Amino acid sequence: MSNETEHDKEIGNTGHEWDGIKELNNPLPRWWLWCFYLTIIWGVGYTIAYPAWPMINEATAGVLGYSTRAEVAEEIAAVEEANGPINAKLVAAELTEVSDDPGLMQYATSAGGAVFRTWCAQCHGSGGAGVQASGYPNLLDDDWLWGGTIEDIHLTIAHGIRNEEDLDSRYSEMPAFGEILEEEEIVSVVQYVKSLSGTPDDAAQAAAGEEVYLDNCSACHGEEGLGDVFQGAPNLADAIWLYGGDTETLIETVTYSRFGVMPPWQGRLSEAEVRAVALYVHSRGGGQ
Amino acid sequence: MAILDKHKILERNATLLLVFSFLVVTIGGIVQIAPLFYLENTIEKVEGMRPYSPLELAGRDIYVREGCYVCHSQMIRPMRDEVERYGHYSLAAESMYDHPFQWGSKRTGPDLARVGGRYSDDWHLVHLRNPQAVVPESVMPKYDFLERTRMDGEYIDELLATHRMVGVPYTDEMIENARADFLAQADPDSDFDGVLERYPGAQVRNFDSQPGVSEADALIAYMQMLGTLVDFSTFVADANR
Repeated sequence: MSNETEHDKEIGNTGHEWDGIKELNNPLPRWWLWCFYLTIIWGVGYTIAYPAWPMINEATAGVLGYSTRAEVAEEIAAVEEANGPINAKLVAAELTEVSDDPGLMQYATSAGGAVFRTWCAQCHGSGGAGVQASGYPNLLDDDWLWGGTIEDIHLTIAHGIRNEEDLDSRYSEMPAFGEILEEEEIVSVVQYVKSLSGTPDDAAQAAAGEEVYLDNCSACHGEEGLGDVFQGAPNLADAIWLYGGDTETLIETVTYSRFGVMPPWQGRLSEAEVRAVALYVHSRGGGQ
Repeated sequence: MAILDKHKILERNATLLLVFSFLVVTIGGIVQIAPLFYLENTIEKVEGMRPYSPLELAGRDIYVREGCYVCHSQMIRPMRDEVERYGHYSLAAESMYDHPFQWGSKRTGPDLARVGGRYSDDWHLVHLRNPQAVVPESVMPKYDFLERTRMDGEYIDELLATHRMVGVPYTDEMIENARADFLAQADPDSDFDGVLERYPGAQVRNFDSQPGVSEADALIAYMQMLGTLVDFSTFVADANR
């Protein structure tokens, strides 16, 4: 080992030698070594403090008694407790008078907005504009199928519409007029309905449709086509269409009828949540 | 340096090195494999879980085939925001009949672990046909071909038998009646008592509103039962999990 330096001699070697090549015994950097020891100490401490070692039936629990499940239960309980008084106030309040209390109203509309985005947005749209192609009603306009007062909206959300789960859900069913009327009667009544809110494609057909309308449709939709919120009969004279107002869609609607269903939310949501989302929907612009 | 000297013996004796390498790998293997024999212990007992009905299982296969798990997870973590949005956190028992499980690892779309009963069949149908029709901001692709693709359930009994091989407790009776059950669950006019008897809580409906069984029927049947089986009224959370 002719090229062995003073330094090499000083630190020595590991004793490993391959074909005359020796491995020097340079020490590890101190900072690195101490970090390494620290991680070992940390690791041992961690497995003692937290759930770690798998045993036959379950893992060791750890001396801190930490549990993800207990933590989430505690967190939910804490939030519920914090919101308890204001939720109780919301449940006890008259729905029509909540808007007089700015603090409560602000809580209700922001809590209601969160409920809406979680449970209602899928059908009514994240902005509440509905989906006409599927007949999910727009909640932003002032056209209400089952009433737009705060109590009506609350009733609709709590019990739903035309569902089988809730006996208090409001129910109505438009007959499929394809089985009742002749095809040309349907075509003419559609023209008449179009004339209620604008110009029909064919004035003569519309005039012929008036009699068909009065005989078959006016019982629910009213003689002037203004609808009836007590049986969810849409207003036909306001140019707002649930499924679309073009001739083709209207013929389909009259021929096969429609049957929009909304599930009941009472039970799934707490009364405070139902009230909050009712106030949120009511405040969106169209509430009466 | 005594230990290093002994190390030298190992390094210079190929057979001995092989024996000791094998020993080390064996220890590593045991540490990884042994806990799997106690896997049953990690699944807490809950009421209500049952194997998938044939139609649901076929729907699950479509879910896997179309790669739904790439964008949708089925794992509600025990965190307040997730529990409030999606419902009770997922339990191990809820995926014990999943081979493979569909926990997923990415949420481009929402978690689906408890999507069952959250939407109507019609909503699912419109949404699969054209997701943007009901959720304009959605980036989900269209799956309109599912309702046009017919299924006859010809090999459904073999699918059940395969799942039995990996531990799902399908009985001979279930496998024997697999095809009949498969067809009956999508037809409310059929004699579906057997389906309900073998698969308690199964939902019998014409999911896609057209006669016969389509892939949309199977997929919607699967989605409508996701997360609905466990009876949470009798569930007591074991804190030590």
